[in-house]
Amino acid sequence: MRRIVSRVVVYALLILLSVAFSIPFLWSVSASLKSLDQVFKAGVWIPMPIRWTNYKHVFDNIPFHLFFVNSFVVTVACLIGQLSSASLVAFSFARLRWFGRDFWFVVMLSTMMLPAVVTMIPHFVFFNYIGWIDTFKPLIVPSFLGGGAFNIFLLRQFFKTIPLDLEDAARIDGCSSFRVFLQIMVPLAKPALATIAVLSFIGQWNNFIEPLIYLHAYRKFTVAIGISMFKDAYGMFPHYMMAASIIALLPILVLFFAAQRYFVSGIVLTGIKG
Amino acid sequence: MTAIQSANVRRAFKRNLEGYLFASPCLVGFLILTLGAMLFSLFLSFAEWDAQSPLKEISFVGFNNYREMFFEDELFYKSLYNTAYYTFFSVPLRVTIALLLAVLLNQKVRGITVFRTIFYLPSIVVGAATAVVWSWILNPSYGILNLTLHKINLFLDKIYLGFINVPEPTWLESEFWSKPALIIMSVWGLGSSMLIYLAGLQGVPDHLYEVADLDGASSLRKFWNITVPMITPTIFFNLIVSVIGAFQVFTQVYVITVGHTGGPNNSTLVYVLYLYRKAFDELQMGYACALAWVLFVMILLFTMLILRSSALWVYYEGERR
Repeated sequence: MRRIVSRVVVYALLILLSVAFSIPFLWSVSASLKSLDQVFKAGVWIPMPIRWTNYKHVFDNIPFHLFFVNSFVVTVACLIGQLSSASLVAFSFARLRWFGRDFWFVVMLSTMMLPAVVTMIPHFVFFNYIGWIDTFKPLIVPSFLGGGAFNIFLLRQFFKTIPLDLEDAARIDGCSSFRVFLQIMVPLAKPALATIAVLSFIGQWNNFIEPLIYLHAYRKFTVAIGISMFKDAYGMFPHYMMAASIIALLPILVLFFAAQRYFVSGIVLTGIKG
Repeated sequence: MTAIQSANVRRAFKRNLEGYLFASPCLVGFLILTLGAMLFSLFLSFAEWDAQSPLKEISFVGFNNYREMFFEDELFYKSLYNTAYYTFFSVPLRVTIALLLAVLLNQKVRGITVFRTIFYLPSIVVGAATAVVWSWILNPSYGILNLTLHKINLFLDKIYLGFINVPEPTWLESEFWSKPALIIMSVWGLGSSMLIYLAGLQGVPDHLYEVADLDGASSLRKFWNITVPMITPTIFFNLIVSVIGAFQVFTQVYVITVGHTGGPNNSTLVYVLYLYRKAFDELQMGYACALAWVLFVMILLFTMLILRSSALWVYYEGERR
């Protein structure tokens, strides 16, 4: 009997809290399907009639096709850079022995603690000096230079769990380090790479301040910047604003549902629990 | 040197070269984009420059920027206060609520993954888009939040409890309520913290709970005397990550404030927003770099404070008291 009561309580709490938590989403979806006069009326949840045309209007007036392509290009390019770069570096930290290796590993780790703003302005100055402002290059190229301390850390930990025997066997057969890396380490590291890919995709897609300072022409805007710029223009039209937000959110939602387990496994891989 | 010795030297050299080669992207990136940038930023903080004029027009002004910041700049202290206020409230709320939610979501009931998804999703969707959504939710006249508060007030009137007046704040348009609005929005995004807690909770050995059950411990006791102590490393991690993040909050604040300024009487001018304005609106690169370094030092001090204090309250399994 006690078990049933506690079950009911748990379910009740869960349902109550999740409804409360989902209200922002639900409300914005509801608002996105309303007409202008309806959206300013209180307490209407299900719009009557449902105006799917709001979405069409948003697509016609906000160049989302541009924003999506831009975001996609930048994010995928960063992904490639981060995956290739971080795995090479992590391999070096995990499996190769060289003078100063552990020192540089600690140094690399400590950069995780650095607030981005400290290097933001010099980066801007530098990229301005070499004429890369208003291109995607400042957003993409840094990903190829190391691929992110967190990713290197994750991959290094993962590489360290791969048995030495495999590598030893390969080396005895005369494998170079690069072949060991490419043909043994990388294939075995697919779960870790997948996790990094997913987390990195989200991080880049949501990235705001860098596109903000590097991209000037609106045709180059990413989704994050684009939606912010159009908030100002659409302040008077909440229903269009909400529709635009929903559109901006969709790719991440799709990614999440397609790749759910990689989100959780990322946490596990870092061994955060203790 | 014998032949073997020189062969060894060659091999060692090749080994080191290989190591450096593989690690070179990171090392090059670090030297240029991190160390080089930090040094340049430090250098710039002692100078004045607008990033448009050629490099030779950087004028060296010594500690002027810092002096101006600490002794003449009201907005510096205002932005510091705003950021501190935001951090002081949003971090404890996030850290504790995420823990409680994680405990709730750690139950083995059917469909628990659906619930976990609902709480986790908001934390991964675009910060800019959710800020837009919240700007509408927080609308003083038509947003769902105030509409609900209004309904509550009407209800209270109906059941003759009209003297209880639930406030219907004007949120982002009010000097007093704008930061609480930001805090509410940040709590909504605690999903990632919650996930980390979940992972930590699953590391708490079951036998501890079983023994407690044998001794007839209530759920509350089990939570307070088993779960919390065993979870302190995770709490510590979340605390540090949340504090560092809260100090640097930018995206949501930028998007949600109309005109991207500081909100009513600069009440939502958080530190990084102020820095951004100084650098890219007013083109005072030197001053902005000084601001950045002050922030860095503050974050460092705060993190060390938490680290030091952790010896008092963080319990790592396998340690003897």
